[in-house]
Amino acid sequence: MTILNDPVSAKLGNRQQLSYIASQAADARLNVELETEGMTLNIGPQHPATHGTLRIIARLDGEQVVWAEPSCGYMHRGYEKLTEVRTFPQVTTLVNRIDWLGSFANEVPFILAAEKLMGVEAPPRAQWIRTILFELSRIANVSLFLGDLGVQLGAITPVFLAFRDREYVLNLIESATGGRFHPNFDRIGGLKDDLPAGWIDETKVVMKKLRNFCDEIETLLFGNEIFQSRTRGIGVIPRDVALQYGLSGANLRASGVDWDLRRDQDIALAYNKVDFKVWTHPDGDSFARCWIRLQETREATLIVDKLLDGIPSGPVMAKVPKIIKVPEGEAWVSTENPLGEMGYYVVSRGDLGPFRVKIRSASFNNISITPWLLRGVYVPDIITILASLYFILGDIDR
Amino acid sequence: MKPKGKGNQLSSPAETSAAPVVDATRDAMVVAIRGTLGAAVVDSMVKPGDDIWVRVSTESWRNSIQKLKDVHGFDYFCFLSAIDWLPSPFGRGEDDPSEPAPERDSTIRPGYTGGDTRMQLLVRIVNSETHLGINVKADVPNDSYTIESISNVFAGANWHEREAHEMFGIGFTGHPDLRNMYLPTDFEGFPMRKDFPLLARMVKPWPGIVDVEPLPGGDATEEESAS
Repeated sequence: MTILNDPVSAKLGNRQQLSYIASQAADARLNVELETEGMTLNIGPQHPATHGTLRIIARLDGEQVVWAEPSCGYMHRGYEKLTEVRTFPQVTTLVNRIDWLGSFANEVPFILAAEKLMGVEAPPRAQWIRTILFELSRIANVSLFLGDLGVQLGAITPVFLAFRDREYVLNLIESATGGRFHPNFDRIGGLKDDLPAGWIDETKVVMKKLRNFCDEIETLLFGNEIFQSRTRGIGVIPRDVALQYGLSGANLRASGVDWDLRRDQDIALAYNKVDFKVWTHPDGDSFARCWIRLQETREATLIVDKLLDGIPSGPVMAKVPKIIKVPEGEAWVSTENPLGEMGYYVVSRGDLGPFRVKIRSASFNNISITPWLLRGVYVPDIITILASLYFILGDIDR
Repeated sequence: MKPKGKGNQLSSPAETSAAPVVDATRDAMVVAIRGTLGAAVVDSMVKPGDDIWVRVSTESWRNSIQKLKDVHGFDYFCFLSAIDWLPSPFGRGEDDPSEPAPERDSTIRPGYTGGDTRMQLLVRIVNSETHLGINVKADVPNDSYTIESISNVFAGANWHEREAHEMFGIGFTGHPDLRNMYLPTDFEGFPMRKDFPLLARMVKPWPGIVDVEPLPGGDATEEESAS
């Protein structure tokens, strides 16, 4: 049995967490009295709650998890090695497939890292369109999460709403980039193409639909008593534990850390041109994580609306040589992707392709907390916690 | 490809606009870190307006990270990984398998803040209040490939060290459980090391260079829409 050496679990201050631990301890005492025989429960790799092929091995004592460990690697594709034999423009095709629900967002930090090393900056219009497409992929990604969340907790209806409304966003992405899931639209120095005619008006209509979808989900799911009782107080992550495991995105903000890479870093995207609210929640439980994602989807539609009003005119491509050689150096760029902080540490040797690329994906860190978090929870709560942490297998295994 | 002098000109608004030459915040941070860690800091580097790199000695690896967390408030663990500075003996996998491989330069040239060994460990930690990030590097000895684990400083480093262990063959003393993360338990070799061949490329070379050759009949206007 592995016990993680974490010095922080001793100083938990959260009352909710303490009451949950107390009830767990009471049950554990009962288990000792009744002498329950331990058993090992294997969830996955083919389980609907695993978003792919994650396998969870849980050792149980009665209804409680004594020890749990996810087993990854069923989808490891070795992208870090593959980037070393590709040229810089070819890498975007690979990184599209890391988080396949919000593909465009994966391309942006890599392209920004390459641009940083080259000293190239995309023209303003390209930066704005990048930001809009970035937020659209966030909406496509997280709206599916909101629907899927219901399915995992036993409510079937939300997923149909999610698939219906995500389709509008995917159509928009397709009409602008040519690809529904893997746009491969970002280029070093700008974008492949300009927006098609009529796209802006169409997007505004869709954003309205998506806001209605958010309202629908909020009343249908988040107002539901069963949903609340299954998520409130379940899987509480205190602030310092979240930081220590490197959780990011909604998982971090649900633990009360007010940190959003869209707002808090100087990056060549158009986020500093618009006002938007960064949502945080003090509770750190499953409900908070899901609630933050809902608010962020609605906020993203508002960001898109504001950006659409101010797109500057001009070219979408800076002048870059046809054969791209990136000067020698090292660069780190990360952005606030739908799943959390996604970053690339790019080492270049002045060659056609990168020397080494470290892909820091959000889900890998987000899911690495599960051995700590699942200890002591009840079996049905495993599904709630995994659903609320929200991971994509391609983002863990890379 | 015809040599075109004009094509190599970079248009870079970043360079013409006033890029910060001095970065007071990051410079002050490096001075403060040198004050705390003392002789443990081997080298440091600041790119104004961009990032900080600090290289610490191998022996002080864990202690340095602990001090950076406790004293300077770098409490957010971003990632840990390794870099193999050996140039790949297989090039970019574009050799013709029927011909003998060409001679390649195999001198190890480290990156920012230097280095004396083939393998380097790299960790990025961030201050969650000021959002200032720092890249910390350390040499991994060439003979043992072993370094102290920081998984009891940052619990999140546990999985990252497991990944570095199986991919680069770096041992972490004090790590609770160095099982394979992705690879099968009986896998031999360390895939991310540069001298580990990418088998798919050994069988059939990738015609990657073909993709960037100019199209026949291309003219000067092509350069405008370069991809």
